[in-house]
Amino acid sequence: MAAQAFAFELCELPPAAEALRAEVRAFLRAELGDLPPVRRARSWGGWDREFSRKMGARGWIGMTWPKRYGGHERSALERYVVGHERSALERYVVLEEMLAAGAPVSAHWVADRQSGPLLLRFGTEAQRQRFLPAIARGELAFAIGMSEPDSGSDLASIRTRAERAPGGYRVNGTKVWTSNAHRSDYMIALFRTHHDPAKKHEGLTQFLVDAKSPGITLSPIIDLRGSHHFNMVVFEDAFVPEDLRVGEEGAGWKQVTAELAFERSGPERYLSSLALLVELIREVGREPGERAAATVGRLVAHLATLRQMSLSVAGMLEAGQNPNLEAALVKDLGTNFEQEIPEVVHALLGVEPTIDTGSDLQQTLGYLTQNAPSFSLRGGTREILRGIIARGLGLR
Amino acid sequence: MNELRTLLGDVVTRLFTDRVTPDLLASVEKGQWPGALWEAVEENGLTLPLVAEAKGGAGGTWGDAHVVIRASGRHAVPLPLAETIVAAWLLAESGLEVPAGPLTLAPVHRDERLSLSRAGGGWRLGGTASRVPWGRAARHVVVVAEAEARPHVALVAAGDVRVTEDRNLALEPRDTLVFDVAPVVAAAPIGARVSPDAVWFYGALARSAQMAGGLEYLVGQATRYATERRQFGKPIGAFQAIQWQLAILGEQAAAAGTAAAHAFRAADRGDPAFEIAVAKVRVGEAAGIGASIAHQVHGAIGFTYEHALQFMTRRLWSWRAEFGGEGWWAATLGRSVAARGADGLWPLLTAR
Ligand SMILES: Cc1cc2nc3c(=O)[nH]c(=O)nc-3n(C[C@H](O)[C@H](O)[C@H](O)COP(=O)(O)OP(=O)(O)OC[C@H]3O[C@@H](n4cnc5c(N)ncnc54)[C@H](O)[C@@H]3O)c2cc1C
Repeated sequence: MAAQAFAFELCELPPAAEALRAEVRAFLRAELGDLPPVRRARSWGGWDREFSRKMGARGWIGMTWPKRYGGHERSALERYVVGHERSALERYVVLEEMLAAGAPVSAHWVADRQSGPLLLRFGTEAQRQRFLPAIARGELAFAIGMSEPDSGSDLASIRTRAERAPGGYRVNGTKVWTSNAHRSDYMIALFRTHHDPAKKHEGLTQFLVDAKSPGITLSPIIDLRGSHHFNMVVFEDAFVPEDLRVGEEGAGWKQVTAELAFERSGPERYLSSLALLVELIREVGREPGERAAATVGRLVAHLATLRQMSLSVAGMLEAGQNPNLEAALVKDLGTNFEQEIPEVVHALLGVEPTIDTGSDLQQTLGYLTQNAPSFSLRGGTREILRGIIARGLGLR
Repeated sequence: MNELRTLLGDVVTRLFTDRVTPDLLASVEKGQWPGALWEAVEENGLTLPLVAEAKGGAGGTWGDAHVVIRASGRHAVPLPLAETIVAAWLLAESGLEVPAGPLTLAPVHRDERLSLSRAGGGWRLGGTASRVPWGRAARHVVVVAEAEARPHVALVAAGDVRVTEDRNLALEPRDTLVFDVAPVVAAAPIGARVSPDAVWFYGALARSAQMAGGLEYLVGQATRYATERRQFGKPIGAFQAIQWQLAILGEQAAAAGTAAAHAFRAADRGDPAFEIAVAKVRVGEAAGIGASIAHQVHGAIGFTYEHALQFMTRRLWSWRAEFGGEGWWAATLGRSVAARGADGLWPLLTAR
């Protein structure tokens, strides 16, 4: 496939998705009211279990999952219908509206985006029955346990071991940067079940880990803004029962690659700084000068193009294709765009970024300037993504 | 992509791959008119995708035209093909007959005006239009001009126009046309569905697709070169620094292709002003980045006339400035976004 340019077919949103958009907007207006821009700028970082439950009640979590994972609660509590078998495009509209509004979606985001789909694909029937309905109700929050102190980009080098023990596995090691582990119910973790230095991609296995299991110690990691969202998680002889293993022993690498594709493919990878662009437009006013107009216009041209590319990836998912490569490409372009917005605002306006004083624009600029470095790290670094793209070009 | 477009894509790719060789490009740059290529293009029905079948066209859509124009860019086709497609559409939309042979459009500058007036039973055209693409090669010029207080479309035969030759960086003709009370073959009020700015907007649309095609070529060419050229005992494409440059080139080409396709889809829906502005800004930016990366990857050989790379990069550097550069379109887009207010941005975006 050498020397082929990448194809992004335009995707048309069906009328059902547009009808849903109106419903979602009305819900968000009622729920969020006048959320200040600096709060909206948290994008998918805002945590609110109550909000997640409301989303679940609306049927907006696990939207594409099969209905049968409603389990018995479906008949008992009809409004908690789980799995709505709606299209990936309807789901896309819900996601982009949530992000555009800056809704606090963090408590269900990871489970909806990757943990649920992972279980759907590789989990046992019992696991699906047990976890998917609760996720879809917005009641179960998941964390991602991949990175370790000595294993970041080189994920296959992880060392946390899960050794066979009666009825399950005993786990020892350390996970790090685990977002929201301190307030999640479960973690989907990647452990080493077999050690052969020559074949590091083999011998990896995924597990569902109950955050309250004995032998697990959490310690907060404070980020550069002074806030606590990620953690160090130490396992000391923590026990994971056999029935919480996800997939076969040794199948972890293949599964985690699929999981990362879910992780990378959504609109959250280009919309993180939308709140600041909106405030920039407010600041320059309805009749901006030439330089301000050109600055806004250029950003909008990038934004509109990224949205079409992101929609195209959603269309590929809907068509049952595997857009790993395209997702990596949109994420790299998208995070560059997200990171550029605070730089452009600084260059144009020269206002001071602030924490909690000054204008909405200043606070939003302050928040995003400090958060921006994470955009091209989380979910796979820029450099790793470019490696994936180069492979797609036939160079590796 | 529908089947018709796939078919169309195959036809143009085969035709251009066979015929548009570096030798042909070099001969056109020396002033040769590639008559045989033009005839093949016309015979294959590629010039009139937007003209009704009853009028001898293909009865297609902008989406179909996109396939042809993008491919013409990908192969650096040295013909006024995009210009003919847009000009023929303008004529047909305004109820005028479309003549055979290459067409071009004038004026291509927003601040130039031609004057159309009645003379006897017909019309006369006066004024000067600069940097008209392929002016010397067109058999007819399609003009938009005011007459009787409304915009008209007029058709002028090449023999009635005085041509001063000029050219762009890629040595494509960009001529000055003087209409000295020139006779007009036919004229009519501009079609109801067409804006008076049509030459500017659809010219920008066409250039966006040509550039997107050009970027596709750069991805293929630079990637192939990186696997062939060896230094330090391995293909240069094995170096991470080169891989990332090519990854960025691939990203820019993908963004450009998406923006252009989006604008052509909007043209089929009507009211594509927003999407055309988006495309000209986004694709133009990608063109600059892409040309720079392609040259860096090729080293010195790519800086020679001998190597075909320059046929594309010189076009990209010219095309991005034609029919409005990124700065003009970005400011226009920015003003229209600002006028809706900050909270209008997201509704605008999701409505397109
Ligand atoms: C906000 C945030 C939230 C996160 N949440 C989670 C989470 O919930 N769960 C989780 O498991 N992880 C999480 N991570 C961790 C994230 O996945 C890692 O940061 C990422 O994989 C990079 O690993 P690292 O930080 O160890 O950097 P390293 O891998 O040490 O990389 C440092 C630099 O070297 C570059 N580099 C590394 N290898 C190569 C190579 N082969 N070629 C070229 N350059 C290379 C990298 O691109 C980077 O620029 C989070 C990170 C952030 C910032």
